Amino acid sequence: MTTAERTASPDALAVPAARAPGCPFDPAPGVSRAAHEEPVTRATLWDGSACWLVTRHQDVRQVLGDQRFSADAHLPGFPFLTAGGREILTGGTTFIRQDDPEHARLRRMLTADFMVRKVEAMRPEVQRLADELIDRMTDGRTSADLVTDFALPLPSLVICLLLGVPYEDHGYFQERSRILLSLRSAAEDVRTAQLELVDYLTRLAESKQDRPDDGIVSRLVARGELSFAEIATMGRLLLVAGHETTANMTALSTLALLRNPDQLARLRAQPSLVQGAVEELLRYLTIVHNGVPRVATEDIVVGGRTIRAGEGVLCTINTANRDEDVFPGGDALDVTRDARRHVAFGFGVHQCLGQPLARVELQIAVETLIRRLPGLRLDIPFEDVAYRSDMAIYGVHSLPIAW
Amino acid sequence: MRIHADQEKCCGAGSCVMAAPDVFDQREEDGIVVVLDAEPPAALHDAVREAAAICPAAAISLSD
Repeated sequence: MTTAERTASPDALAVPAARAPGCPFDPAPGVSRAAHEEPVTRATLWDGSACWLVTRHQDVRQVLGDQRFSADAHLPGFPFLTAGGREILTGGTTFIRQDDPEHARLRRMLTADFMVRKVEAMRPEVQRLADELIDRMTDGRTSADLVTDFALPLPSLVICLLLGVPYEDHGYFQERSRILLSLRSAAEDVRTAQLELVDYLTRLAESKQDRPDDGIVSRLVARGELSFAEIATMGRLLLVAGHETTANMTALSTLALLRNPDQLARLRAQPSLVQGAVEELLRYLTIVHNGVPRVATEDIVVGGRTIRAGEGVLCTINTANRDEDVFPGGDALDVTRDARRHVAFGFGVHQCLGQPLARVELQIAVETLIRRLPGLRLDIPFEDVAYRSDMAIYGVHSLPIAW
Repeated sequence: MRIHADQEKCCGAGSCVMAAPDVFDQREEDGIVVVLDAEPPAALHDAVREAAAICPAAAISLSD
């Protein structure tokens, strides 16, 4: 391949593309237009390099389901959204940035902890935590920031319990997670935050040698197959992925329901809809909003276009989740829709390991919030909500609510 | 309907258990798929088809 082919044409869509003002739940118009007009299309990245955007549901499933599209960020042509993003994806490699068989070997050390039966058994504990947070939030108050007082602490408490990380350190790891996930962070700051988190988790892993517990970190230490540094890197992934995603889904889901009062009313009238409603919210909001990156290791035809070996691909799962062929009327939130075929957790062997936990947390969070706060409302004008367009995981920076 | 689940391909995401909990489970030690009923009754066929369709690793195949 020549250098010219790696550089995008001047009229190629620049990504990440901006959302339309006033449409905070919808994908960027440029990407949505591509999904309709040229579903497999060329785009330009921050450094001027080119990649493919794959936008339709069927094509996204094809790419993410085919391991000839590699998840290894060290391969030439792998698409990065920012310099900081390149730092995250290439530094301290975890199994999400490896291919099989190494990926499968490492992932299988964790799959038992997130399996449906085990996570379902955690429901009473997650419910208790959710109720305690609401008790504290509403104690003598009629308003709060949902992010600080509920959406963020709930999954943070749960992942700390699972990993065996002391929750009192949440300020430390939440601040570093924020730096890692900000698209505005300088590469240097990302590197520092990354090192600090791994250092913190290395010391934690070492401490489990003398004081073992039932957490995942301690059990990985006891297993004896990984070095402390490897355990720390895996722990960092679980810690960051385990709280940021669910926290943002919780707050953004609440806002989406408040913005769609008919849907909120349906859910209030029939709480048994919550399971399907969470799938629909995952589909509709798709907080992994800048796409799932891969690089082709062979020439492969996708949607009629040939993607050459060495070319980067971003699977825009937010447009795939609005694909009219799979989700008719998909630009509307409908809590009664069967949305189970969404790809909000990705697809293929890298599909989210923690999805059973995310589901339990989100079902409990949404059900508990609307049951305990019948007068729930937004406490600022909708137009004033600050969105996380600048973050790898979409959501709201804060959500002032009243009840 | 006969179900075959490929335990080598399975990535333990648990989608099949969510879609058809009466038919699929996960191994205690590593979360890999276990078929509880390889020839499920007709009433469960839709759920099983859904499970096969959403399996991220294409590990579930169905035959007549």
